[in-house]
Amino acid sequence: MLKLNVNGRIRTVDVEPEMPLLWVLRDHLGLPGAKYGCGIAVCGACTVHVDGEPVRSCALPVSAAVGKKIVTIEGLAATGLHRIQQAWIDHEVPQCGYCQTGMIMAAAALLAKTPKPTDADIDATMTNLCRCGTYARVKTAIHALAGQSVAPPANKARGA
Amino acid sequence: MTIALSRREFLKVSTALSGGLALEFSFPVASAAAAGAAATEVNAWIVIHPDDRVVIRIARSEMGQGTYTALAQLVAEELDCDWAKVSAEFASPNEHVRRNRIWGSMSTGGSQGVRSSQDYVRKAGASAREMLVAAAAEKWKVPAAECTAASGIVTHRPTGRRLRYGELAAAAAKLAPPQDVRLRDPADWKIAGKPLHRLDIPDKVRGKPVFAVDVTLPGMLHASIAQCPVFGGKVASVDARAALALRGVKKVVREEGFVAVVADSWWRANEALKKLKIEWDTAGNGQADNRSIAAMLRAGLAEAKLPQARKLGDVQAGLAAAAKVVEAEYQSPYLNHATMEPQTCTAWLKPEGFLEVWTSTQNGEASLAAAAEAAGLPLEKVEVHKMMLGGGFGRRGGPQDFVRQGVAIAKAMPGVPVKMMWSREEDMQHGFYRPASIVRMKAGLDNEGRVTALHTTIACPSILAVLMPNSVQRDGIDFSAVRTFSDLPYTVPNQQVDYAMRNGHVPVGFWRAPGQQNAYYRECFVDELAAAAGKDPVEFRLAILNAGDKNRLVLEAAAKAAGWGTALPAGVHRGVAVADGFGSYAAMVAEVSVSAAGEVRVHRIVLAIDSGHVVNPDTCRAQAESNVAFGLGSILYQEINVKDGRVVESNFHDFRLPAMAEMPKVETVLVPTGGFWGGHGEPAILPLTPAVCNAIYAATGKRVRSLPLKHHDLRRA
Repeated sequence: MLKLNVNGRIRTVDVEPEMPLLWVLRDHLGLPGAKYGCGIAVCGACTVHVDGEPVRSCALPVSAAVGKKIVTIEGLAATGLHRIQQAWIDHEVPQCGYCQTGMIMAAAALLAKTPKPTDADIDATMTNLCRCGTYARVKTAIHALAGQSVAPPANKARGA
Repeated sequence: MTIALSRREFLKVSTALSGGLALEFSFPVASAAAAGAAATEVNAWIVIHPDDRVVIRIARSEMGQGTYTALAQLVAEELDCDWAKVSAEFASPNEHVRRNRIWGSMSTGGSQGVRSSQDYVRKAGASAREMLVAAAAEKWKVPAAECTAASGIVTHRPTGRRLRYGELAAAAAKLAPPQDVRLRDPADWKIAGKPLHRLDIPDKVRGKPVFAVDVTLPGMLHASIAQCPVFGGKVASVDARAALALRGVKKVVREEGFVAVVADSWWRANEALKKLKIEWDTAGNGQADNRSIAAMLRAGLAEAKLPQARKLGDVQAGLAAAAKVVEAEYQSPYLNHATMEPQTCTAWLKPEGFLEVWTSTQNGEASLAAAAEAAGLPLEKVEVHKMMLGGGFGRRGGPQDFVRQGVAIAKAMPGVPVKMMWSREEDMQHGFYRPASIVRMKAGLDNEGRVTALHTTIACPSILAVLMPNSVQRDGIDFSAVRTFSDLPYTVPNQQVDYAMRNGHVPVGFWRAPGQQNAYYRECFVDELAAAAGKDPVEFRLAILNAGDKNRLVLEAAAKAAGWGTALPAGVHRGVAVADGFGSYAAMVAEVSVSAAGEVRVHRIVLAIDSGHVVNPDTCRAQAESNVAFGLGSILYQEINVKDGRVVESNFHDFRLPAMAEMPKVETVLVPTGGFWGGHGEPAILPLTPAVCNAIYAATGKRVRSLPLKHHDLRRA
């Protein structure tokens, strides 16, 4: 039995220590927000926070996360929407949306360390892959969160 | 109106589960129509709740392209309801079949989602509005002509009396729908045509279980599969002893073309799959490779007599009389869709002989048909729950291989829901690939530098032969293999397009803008012709486009927006291309630099697109960005190589996607000229590759006649 601290709650799971954290979250703890994309830590769709660091949970054995604070997209906001999620809605970032939970977790980790990231900071740290091509909007949303001047989203007639 | 049997049944299941498990399981039931008994179906598209909430049914699929919202906007526009109270849900494929295909086409491809359903969905909205007005008039005993509907309220103008749609829906549903309805002039649109927020995004940023991979059902098991790595091969033998001994493994299912491991988590199933000892019968295809495929295509090009996809004037005479003849050969590799969400299907064969399927599909009705056939059940005994797609790009429409597999596994596990998901490696190696092709072009120029003849010979596998054999023309022409040449907009008096269909053993399919490689060949070759004629690439094209041709309009708009001909930063060069397809006209200017080390950087893309009408301008811009990112990967890195009959690439490390840092700035100029309806999901990819490659020529003097760029040495000599 392994004890995990997930989104502020202690969860007990009976799994192999080498099972990647992603599958413990998805199939054993009912938290499907982190996605499987490649299984080899390339695409970042599985990004969650472990002790505040963005990690590719598809390649992290669950045993390595024991005793650490795991935060998934489901736990990013204490209540309602996190400001990053709201910015993603305001700037209409997702298309298919599959990679976006990982993208948001990566952005949250970046903004926690670098409140006003430059484009170069974003390029260097946000290595998540998106097949739909949302990259420019990810940047726009991050800059907006950092309070930097960006063009406002096109006249939106309705909030989400 | 009847609510679907399956939907009611599903509601029952979820109610029984309402402790704990229901959370992950709540998505199909979240459908507002199922949730409230008092809601009224005014017509098949529109359900109205007593509190004025409007649920709009969507028959097409949502894969990020925005159709789910755009169609809701069109219905809501004509219904004239309050957009803040609108939500959408997918129409049930089972109900669709039982109600005589009441929702029209469920197919979501060819950028058709909006343009080929706009007429009937708008009429559904207008018809419901008239029924609501008639219901109010009846209640007030006044002529309907004295009543006006707006923003979800019917008003009797002479007296100022008002009734809300929610108060009228039940009475309206009992009325006969009007025979003929008038649609609004798009110039008067209030909801359509506006950049409204997409309805599907809030759930997606919350990480809600909206995708097929997120489906969770009571007692559900997981499956991972291995298919014969050589296309067309079969399972010869399986030794499953080691796999069956592993923790959580429930069953090994052997089918003709694949083996599946069923376990209590996907990781356990996939780990056990690696322990299977499978021998494959490769059906004689184990020798095929890049070389044999190229030889097959070249043999097609060498054929003396080929079917002609276009013949205008006399191309041989035109070439013979030309002052200058230019010839070139271009080629492209196979490409995978590589949707971020791998192919996935959950199937549950219930004891009462009803099959439920949850999948990411571009065609709910095709999934229903495939599931029913695989299960040996009539269509009415099957329901397909359409999930949000984690990317589609053409992979999940025609081929329903994943649905057949999911159902085959469910049949081996009767009464137990099983979620089958492919590993990324399976997904990379079992696609329906963008065809590899080789094209030869030969053109004649006169003394003035005008194009007098163009002879094109195309060797390319046929997508239709694989997925829709009845659609191949009798003379052996597949329109998707010859487009852009067979419908050349340039005024060339002598034209001939020959097509060599050479299919091979690699399955091919509709990859975003099928036939898009022809736009690359054509527009790069036209650039070569412009250079041979000593003319500016924009001027050269405008001179061979008829006045009034919308290709002309977008070309001028893109050139203007990009500042064609103006100074650029040192080292940055422009390329241009124009093409029409999928109902729209698209022109692009690319700004590119090539470093001394040969590294290509795309800085800025300016697109001008005319789609006739624009339903959601923000989504259209997003689709332009999407086409640029999707196409850029194929320009820079991507290829599917074949060796020993199988695909060499296996994951994103060797089938590389562009990352954040590589994404250029994309500026989209929407120039809708009205009078027609064009698509947005695909047209913008058509001019991308040639615009970038023409810019590379401007930068280096080198023509890029094959892709991807990683094979080209663009270092300065």
